[in-house]
Amino acid sequence: MPKDIYTDFANTGFGRKLTKNLGLPQPARLRRHRPGQALTRGPVVVLGATEAAAALAERMLGWGLDVRRHIGPREKVAAVVACFDSVSTPAQLSEVVLELGSLLKQLMPSGRVITVFRDPTGTRDPAVRAARSAVQGLTRSTAHEMRAGGTANGIVLADSLDASAPGAAGALRFLLSGRSAFVSGQFISVDTVNGALPQDWDQPLRDQVAVVTGAARGIGAAIARVLRRDGASVILVDIPAAGEQLAAVANEVSGTALQLDITAQDAGERILAHAAQHYGRLDIVVHNAGITRDKLLANMDDSRWNSVIAVNIESQLRMNRAFLASELFNSDAHGGSGMGPRIVSLASTSGIAGNRGQTNYAASKAGVMGMVAATSAQMASRHGTINAVAPGFIETEMTAKIPFATREVARRLNSLNQGGLPVDVAETIAFLASPQAGGTSGLTLRVCGQNLVGA
Amino acid sequence: MSAQNVRDAVIIGGNRIPFARAHSAYATAGNQDMLTSTLNGLVARFGLQGQQLGTVAAGAVMKHSKNFNLTRESVLGTPLDPKTPAFDVQMACATGMEAIGSLANKIKLGQIDSAIGGGVDSISDAPIVVTDELRGILMEANRAKTLSQRLKALSKIRPAHLAPQAPGVNEPRTGLSMGEHMAITAHAWGITRAEQDELALASHKNLAAAYDRGFFDDLVTPFKGLSRDNNMRADSTMEKLGKLSPAFGRDLGEDATMTAANSTALTDGASAVLLGSEEWADAHDLPKLANFIDYEEGAVDFVDGAEGLLMAPAYAAARMLKRNNLSFEDFEYLEIHEAFASTVLAQIKAWESEEFCKNKLGLDSSLGTIDRSRLNVNGSSLAAGHPFAATGGRIVASLAKELHGKPGKLGFISVCAAGGQGITAIIEGR
Repeated sequence: MPKDIYTDFANTGFGRKLTKNLGLPQPARLRRHRPGQALTRGPVVVLGATEAAAALAERMLGWGLDVRRHIGPREKVAAVVACFDSVSTPAQLSEVVLELGSLLKQLMPSGRVITVFRDPTGTRDPAVRAARSAVQGLTRSTAHEMRAGGTANGIVLADSLDASAPGAAGALRFLLSGRSAFVSGQFISVDTVNGALPQDWDQPLRDQVAVVTGAARGIGAAIARVLRRDGASVILVDIPAAGEQLAAVANEVSGTALQLDITAQDAGERILAHAAQHYGRLDIVVHNAGITRDKLLANMDDSRWNSVIAVNIESQLRMNRAFLASELFNSDAHGGSGMGPRIVSLASTSGIAGNRGQTNYAASKAGVMGMVAATSAQMASRHGTINAVAPGFIETEMTAKIPFATREVARRLNSLNQGGLPVDVAETIAFLASPQAGGTSGLTLRVCGQNLVGA
Repeated sequence: MSAQNVRDAVIIGGNRIPFARAHSAYATAGNQDMLTSTLNGLVARFGLQGQQLGTVAAGAVMKHSKNFNLTRESVLGTPLDPKTPAFDVQMACATGMEAIGSLANKIKLGQIDSAIGGGVDSISDAPIVVTDELRGILMEANRAKTLSQRLKALSKIRPAHLAPQAPGVNEPRTGLSMGEHMAITAHAWGITRAEQDELALASHKNLAAAYDRGFFDDLVTPFKGLSRDNNMRADSTMEKLGKLSPAFGRDLGEDATMTAANSTALTDGASAVLLGSEEWADAHDLPKLANFIDYEEGAVDFVDGAEGLLMAPAYAAARMLKRNNLSFEDFEYLEIHEAFASTVLAQIKAWESEEFCKNKLGLDSSLGTIDRSRLNVNGSSLAAGHPFAATGGRIVASLAKELHGKPGKLGFISVCAAGGQGITAIIEGR
């Protein structure tokens, strides 16, 4: 992984002073999750006298957090949970918004702002929808204003969903924690009461069996490590030519290596056969494998176009058909955790905003988002979920090949002024694969530090 | 198939690194690097991290003295439980077969429940030693009690003593290379150039086809950037093979038939096979590809020319088939190690020959005919290469996979070895 020398420098005493005086970006060291780590480093302030505020405050008290309704002007604050779930007109936002604003300067490094509101599309009333949509706008803008590694994100509750649903608690905990270090300006929608909270929050995937494609290196290897850390047994898939690194990662995470070209017609069946033989179940599928073959559309050839489409989206569609036809991939039917199966796919901010030279890649990644949205109903029938994660600029071997100046600009063009790490993508995937994310499906969640591209 | 009172020894799977022509992709890798990587790939494939296995047995034909504990040292470099014992085996080119066969016997007897057998060889990192004269002088100096005695000993060193000694590839008792020995046998059996070239071509075509259909996806793990055997020539043709000049038996003149293409190239590589009892495989959710039924060692008197150097498997097979009450028609697949194309052809001709079977093997009739369409169906050493001790593991794992899903179908293995030795074996699909 390339070293971000600027961030190292900006975090020295002299560097901090110099970058501030020159008005340069001041990337902070992000607080990332480690097992056993406290969920927050200080008090959490809950704003708003709403149903969600009451339910979530109760939940956080249960987690042993220092939950406050009010806080003194000199006290440091780890997170603010601003609840807007009862607003019915934009005029009603001001009280909570202004209180939130007064607390921003008290936020600790890697502080959190989490807004909670109802789904704007869940109402036909213009004033109600305007109020709910307004929360989205203020959340995104707050994210841009956050300093010292802080993030702002929202939890969008379905119109009639009980705020004590496990999915709401799961999303809240993810956004509070170091697991969401590089997620900012994003919204996690919770639509159903499905899902369950884990007994051990450090091992939410205990007894689960996951398959990760493209697991030999980079983001895929990071996903395998995080899923293992969270308790899952991992099947690691990559093309036969990547077998040596694949074996090394498999041995590191005590998983099993399956050398397989995912574009093979029977790739899904071969993964199922491997899972059946070695584990007797399959609970989580992470479609991470992907390739880029960049070329301006005017110069595009059929091999570049077709290989990207074949690897990045056609293979996923074909494998999903096999998984959805299999009883093995139906953990809800096996009993046990009461958690349905999970699919998480890698999309990309290129798929959202487009990118010069990436018509093929952007098509495939936009295709992934479409597939995820449309597969949601099929997964729901087995109480499962399917979601996508769209990484922004992540420090990998692939981005290390970008020329220095372009890379330096690309990694600063977000609210956190730095590139994300593979582990940041992996944490979000592990969250979406977890039982506590059972209420969220069909979503594409960006892990981009609120990248200015693709907003 | 298996005898009563003993339990089945199950072949669970295997792993090898792609084989590389000497002084190519693995020029800087040693035996321990290659064997460790091969074991790591096997551990990763079957999720054996932290497991204590019964025994690991492997070996190398070309071995540095510093690698006296090659297999144990390799095991210590893997995620296997360090309490897993290991020992080295050496039976020339049959090293891998001997390792696997002896481990299967231990499992059958209930001495161990699980094992890994295999082998490794490097031509590129072959041990080079000092001359016997220099070694004698150095040892004398070592024994010296005074400085003057030591200097006196060391003063005997002459420039000629300093020439490095590469390991011998010729048979110590005849001074002939293996190829020259084989040329004699091939000539005696009247094996034609065309037959040999056809066998070589089939080996390359079969190996390439197996790679292309993903057959080796769960048998091979890449190493040092190589993901397929680099000796393989998928585009070879009879015309191309026919253009080569003879490499062995040149004194036969017009009758010389053995070329570089129908003889195996010197190769670096390693292989390993995971074995276990049925109960152990089930308890660890592992596949059961085939049973290791039986194996037989053989040796011939080649020194005075009574028999060809590489004909020992012909004799071992006869004893093994008789013991198991089988003939060659009973086998679904046959794997005859292609030391040279003519080795395979000479063995086949011998087994099909009424005269040889009666006079040399003491049988009533021939051992049956051999269906060529069942021979080396996924390629063999002419295409893949032949890192001496690694060939047994390559063959056992590939044949077991081919027989998987064909319960009761039998596979035959023959591997010849230097010193006039050889091993044959039987495995049964499940």
